[in-house]
Amino acid sequence: MSASTPYIGRSVKRLEDRRFLTGTGRYIDDIKLPDMAVMAIYRSPHAHARINAIDLTAAKAVPGVIDAFCAADIDMDLPEIPLRLAPFDGFERFLQRPIADDKVRYVGEPVAVVIASDRYIAEDALDLIEVDFAPLPAVTQVDQAAAGDTLVHEDAGENMATRYTVGRGDADDAFRRAAYTRRERFTTNRHGAVPMETRGLIAEFNPDTPLLRLHGATKVNFFNRRHLAAAFDLPEAAVELIETDVGGGFGARGELYPEDYLVPIASRRIGRPVKWIEDRRENLTATNHSRDIVCDLEIATTDEGRILGMRATVQGDMGAYIRTNGGVVASKAAQFLPGPYRVPAFSCDVQFLVTNKTPVGTFRGPGRFEANFCRERMLDMVAADLNIDPAELRLRNLMEPADLPYRIGELVPGDVNATFDRGNYPSALNQLLDEVGYADWKDRQGTIIDGRAYGLGIACFIESSAAGPPETARITVAADGAIEIRTGASSVGQGTETGMAQICADYLSVDIDRIGVLHGSTTLVPTGGGTFHSRNTVMAGNAVRMAAETLQARSIELAALRWNTDASGLEYRDGAVHQNDAAASVLSLVELAAFAQSRGTDEALAADAAFDNEGKLSYSYGAHAALVAIDVATGVVEVEKYVLTEEIGRALNPAMVQGQAIGGLVQGLGGTFLDHMVYDEDGQLLTGSFADYLLPTSTDLPDITAIALEESPSEFNPMGFKGAGEGGIVAVAAAVGNAVTHALNAHNIQINDLPITPDRLRAALRAVGA
Amino acid sequence: MTAQHSVTLNVNGTAHDCEVEARMTLADCLREKLDLTGTHLGCEHGVCGACTVIVDGAAVRSCLMFAVQAQGVQITTVEGLADGDTLSDLQQAFHDNFALQCGFCTPGFLTTAESVLAENPSPTRAEVQSAISGNICRCTGYVPIIDAILDTAKRRREGGQ
Repeated sequence: MSASTPYIGRSVKRLEDRRFLTGTGRYIDDIKLPDMAVMAIYRSPHAHARINAIDLTAAKAVPGVIDAFCAADIDMDLPEIPLRLAPFDGFERFLQRPIADDKVRYVGEPVAVVIASDRYIAEDALDLIEVDFAPLPAVTQVDQAAAGDTLVHEDAGENMATRYTVGRGDADDAFRRAAYTRRERFTTNRHGAVPMETRGLIAEFNPDTPLLRLHGATKVNFFNRRHLAAAFDLPEAAVELIETDVGGGFGARGELYPEDYLVPIASRRIGRPVKWIEDRRENLTATNHSRDIVCDLEIATTDEGRILGMRATVQGDMGAYIRTNGGVVASKAAQFLPGPYRVPAFSCDVQFLVTNKTPVGTFRGPGRFEANFCRERMLDMVAADLNIDPAELRLRNLMEPADLPYRIGELVPGDVNATFDRGNYPSALNQLLDEVGYADWKDRQGTIIDGRAYGLGIACFIESSAAGPPETARITVAADGAIEIRTGASSVGQGTETGMAQICADYLSVDIDRIGVLHGSTTLVPTGGGTFHSRNTVMAGNAVRMAAETLQARSIELAALRWNTDASGLEYRDGAVHQNDAAASVLSLVELAAFAQSRGTDEALAADAAFDNEGKLSYSYGAHAALVAIDVATGVVEVEKYVLTEEIGRALNPAMVQGQAIGGLVQGLGGTFLDHMVYDEDGQLLTGSFADYLLPTSTDLPDITAIALEESPSEFNPMGFKGAGEGGIVAVAAAVGNAVTHALNAHNIQINDLPITPDRLRAALRAVGA
Repeated sequence: MTAQHSVTLNVNGTAHDCEVEARMTLADCLREKLDLTGTHLGCEHGVCGACTVIVDGAAVRSCLMFAVQAQGVQITTVEGLADGDTLSDLQQAFHDNFALQCGFCTPGFLTTAESVLAENPSPTRAEVQSAISGNICRCTGYVPIIDAILDTAKRRREGGQ
């Protein structure tokens, strides 16, 4: 460790900002290559239909159209989009190919592609494509999928992509012994990441070189490179994935999608670079949706509310195909259902059902948002039934520090070692209760002031971070003193460059202004793990630390050579190597870099590192509180105040951590009240524009207090970091749902379904005569 | 494929002669013809506000205006806000307040905020919230953006502007 850490732990201003503030960022649509064409995609207007014929003649005749193609025109075996995460047995029957062949299975599925000189012409030509569809009945609900009267994939013989049971202890015995049980059904609304920048790609495909260069990649570039290389029968070295500035990811962006294959195919067909930019309507049907869980949850407790067991059935609506994220959403919903509580017995039947809707992937806090909503709503019902204060009920059941670390059991098939690491869950809840003034609120639940009913809801969460393969970093010092970090991790806009530079600056004891950060592209480093599961600060951050430490050692070796002395007498400090001789000689990094360069091109002052946490995850945890005021006459809910605590081990940059918490929280308010992919019974998406698909805006904000706790540093990395990207969002629906229920306690209205909308609330109030 | 029209766009103090189809949006013209790619397209149907530019002082969604309608008006885009290498006070306030993350919506917030502050140099917090409620940000939760705009208003008042 450096003697001082002027950067780590400080709210260092972001290195990325200047280019974004001046309009000089380079997002994918800002890149123009010589002789570049653009493509547009004809997407299925039907949720489920056979394709009898496709006629591209009129489209091809439009002046400015260079080419048009459909599946039948592609002279290669169409690859299956691979499973990256949670690849459960059975999913292999439901993988997607990049373009529909004989049948479409969701509105938005690619059917044909037009390549033209500009996008206006390409879209003109899309209108002239004629497809003869024979519509089929659509499967739009999990119950309908389970019944299996209509099969989305006939060859599979069923709509159940996979189904398994996980658990620990003897749940049935727990329920037999219980003084109290309750059963409820909860649903979480289908919604998605919806980053402000839609997806986009530019492919340069030269089969002769061979070279496939794909611009606009992000998130998991090395995984994607491996699979694209295989799909196009190229050596990996012939595939370059280039990361540009990225306008938000939140889980959805950077996975392999049909377009990651179609854009290269288009470029190979015409021998020119081809750009594709998703428009917003496409984005809402073509980019992964998420959530969409139905959970039947049972709880068994003692008469004092001590949890004896939980049983559940989780049904995930996977949409029409299993994409790269596999079973993450429903499997994590099941795994996190018991949450941070002592639940000695647990059993969960997890079902993954295929429907005629857009395929599902991850969105910030996948499964956690859903699980927390179900469990925390249930706990408030238990508290009410047993006449126990909701906070007291939680404190009775939260794991204590002495319970930790705790092996949670194999709650995801194959994940046998999952272990909650050390922490103090009651502390995080107690600090929340203090901050929100909970003691004063106990007797004010349901108070009506000026026609508005007030309620305060709380919820606890635990959340894993930093899974996956090792992450890499390389630090190079140039002879002019500039220090460059390269990492296999990506940036999707969260401030990765700043964070990595902070760590490097401290561990090399240099000014942060000397540091530049390059990330993501497969051309930068030999391999990398990527950016997901709140892992950048933990994984890439520790790789940067290790590279800096190695670079210190390398500096000492070089100085020993330069001084022709023994390395043992040398010390690295203040950005230089010091010799403790009479002359107090010093060699700066600049001098050492020049010396290294003078010795030959292979002798750069550089160091590589890879950080592997060997699957040991750190768990962030905390609690949320929402204070709501509900206009009983209109059903409109205003969240007046919101407080959250989140234990993150150590804050690399407190202002950026705050930004993650508040940004996540506001996204969570959207998922609770607004964001909703509504489908009709024919499988048509009714919310296909921003006029219909609502996102939180600046007038929807409560008074927010987000408290990052640093009481329990991770034991799995020397800097103590835990993930900080999802704690803001994962318990929002849970806390708000509880608050709304408390506000309306006079009417005994229970929130079991998301989103919470004025019409739903009014319908519930009308039903009880309010 | 359709007729081209000549239009002169005055953008950030410079006149540009363009040949455009009547249907070309101002946003596409700025980005494709003038290479001013700081103006971003988030929805292309006038809801998200990312493409906002200042037209004769007013915040306008450049995805909802045709380039041919811009003849004779003065347009300011995000590229026109800084003074050389020096960030404007508003840009600096965004930087100081961590009011951006991915940066994609930022140009639209900056242009919207400039037009708001020109109209109302002393906005309340609620007025700022209302004024930017037509711009969507998915990263920040808006709080630091509101803080940055209020900071700028305060600094301008104190600076006698």
